[in-house]
Amino acid sequence: MDLNYFLELGINGALAGLMYSLVAMGIVLIYKSSSVPNLAQGALTMVGAYVVLAYANGLGLSMWLAIPLAMATMCAMGVAVERVALRRLAGRPIVMILMMTLGLDIFLRATTMAISGGTARPMRIGITDDPMFLGSLLLNRAYVVGAVVTLALFAGFVLFFRTRRGAVLRAIADDYMASWSVGISVERGVALSWALASMTATAAGVLWGSIQGVDQSLSLLLLKGITVAVLGGMDSLGGAILAGIGLGAFEAIASGVLDPMLGGGSRDLVVALVLIVTIMVRPHGLFGRHDIERL
Amino acid sequence: MLFRQAGIRHTDYAADRALFPIPVDRLMVIALLLFSLAAPYVVSSLALSSYLTPWLVWTAATLGLNLILGWAGQFHFGYAAIMGIGAYAAVHGVKHGIPWEIAVVLGGLTATVVGSVFAFAALRVKGLYLALSTLALQFVMDWVISHVPAISGGVGATLQAPAMKLLGLAVRSESGLYYVALGWCLIVTLFMLNLRRTALGRALVAVREKDFAAAVIGVQSFRYKLVAFATSSFIGGVSGAVLIFTFYHAVTPEQFAVNVSIELLAMVIVGGLGSIIGSWFGAAFILLMPGQIHQLIAWLAGLVGAPIGVETLAHLPHAVYGALIVGFLLVEPMGLGKLYANVRNYLLVWPFGYARK
Repeated sequence: MDLNYFLELGINGALAGLMYSLVAMGIVLIYKSSSVPNLAQGALTMVGAYVVLAYANGLGLSMWLAIPLAMATMCAMGVAVERVALRRLAGRPIVMILMMTLGLDIFLRATTMAISGGTARPMRIGITDDPMFLGSLLLNRAYVVGAVVTLALFAGFVLFFRTRRGAVLRAIADDYMASWSVGISVERGVALSWALASMTATAAGVLWGSIQGVDQSLSLLLLKGITVAVLGGMDSLGGAILAGIGLGAFEAIASGVLDPMLGGGSRDLVVALVLIVTIMVRPHGLFGRHDIERL
Repeated sequence: MLFRQAGIRHTDYAADRALFPIPVDRLMVIALLLFSLAAPYVVSSLALSSYLTPWLVWTAATLGLNLILGWAGQFHFGYAAIMGIGAYAAVHGVKHGIPWEIAVVLGGLTATVVGSVFAFAALRVKGLYLALSTLALQFVMDWVISHVPAISGGVGATLQAPAMKLLGLAVRSESGLYYVALGWCLIVTLFMLNLRRTALGRALVAVREKDFAAAVIGVQSFRYKLVAFATSSFIGGVSGAVLIFTFYHAVTPEQFAVNVSIELLAMVIVGGLGSIIGSWFGAAFILLMPGQIHQLIAWLAGLVGAPIGVETLAHLPHAVYGALIVGFLLVEPMGLGKLYANVRNYLLVWPFGYARK
């Protein structure tokens, strides 16, 4: 129970939290453009990891070829999901949209399981197990790599939103009716956001798959992703990054304290409690807009 | 033609307010009631204990969830946890020597108390945020149930349900358990049928349509949301308890995990929001479909001669289940209840199709 122990927990937790942000960023991208809370993001993450494995093991490609190919496949799939399932639900009550994403979640998970079976498979992306030290603190190398990738993707998104196409997306997020009336194709923008979200889901699937193996439990990242997204404000990418760091550190330290007392397994409890407290105290999150419907 | 309305004159208030004013509807209900009473002597024992009994209990639970989702328009992604609380409370009550009937009601009341916690979330946020907070509460409840030894008997433990005694008589036979499930389901269905024509039911619908507008015409939306959550939690709690005593006979936390909540939501959506007959259809569909699909796929595979792996066979029904939710939302968002209503509306004026009702 010394300070160093908690510092180590906190920093590793924050690094892992950045990888939750990767899942959350996908949710935020889709929510921003189309107000669809995508509860299938966890399933997309899982499918992304399986697609990478299918290219790498099935076709025998090298990992560095398999990952971009899988990202392209997942982009196409994201666009297809949006086109087939969600575009027709635009303007419907939110219960339909939530149920649709839940149905997609079940469908994607079960289909993947039916095709490739339930046994966990390793994902080797060449991260060594050598210890890595920051001062006297032991860092998890896989988490460091994941955090760097997340930040790189975030930087990529920030740059992207400054381009012409990015400005279109920002306009849609701001007011889709107004965008429509000045001739912006909202449909294309929403499809683009699904493609980007599927891409981040693939990245998250690869990183988490390399840490915990590729199996159905990857889709459970949804709870953490959605908590990070809500905590950061459903429509703020930067908020998702900061909330990820915060939630990761808090989760690691809190479960480090609680686990010995409660006999383990308190991680999901902490995350669920953070989600409840956020919604009760500050539903629009840290950086979200204020116009969220509430009483 | 079939549902003839000629001759129904509504000459007094009682006739005007009848639940089933059309004679054919009445006949169908009576026929179904007779069949349900005779079922233990007609259908096989396997069908009775593994299809009909769970179907009835899940229908009661679906109706309870439909009350909150379809009538009051509030999200509840943690309904399975509420059922679990009712089940555990009732089992512990019976274990401590409380008579079965009182223990089940106590289970329902415990669920009501805990379910009202969900209502406080509903008083503060709505829409997506209510959905997410109830989902998070489901996780918290799951964790509490499975990690507090006084409730579940420790992590991964199974709690055996004591034998059921109704009014002092031990109920052990399959048909006895079936009648208990049938009784509970009929009570809930009657309650829901009557809810539609009470002030409470209309107030709930007003809150669902627009809570501000409801407040303007003098319906206290806070109060009615609380009432809706409390009532549906009571139904859920008792249904959970009845489910344990009539079907599972033992209670574990996994029986009321988050995927069960989603299954219940699927029953409501596939059946149709706010539709009573839809709840019956939806529960049957989601509950019985996976087994049938499993058999169908195995049969087809045998027919074609293509061997299907055990794992693939185990997961395909789930994929079909997900695809069906997606398909229903795309094709008929108001579910099976609406399909039934379409057929009925068509037959109302058949063969004079031009006389739209």
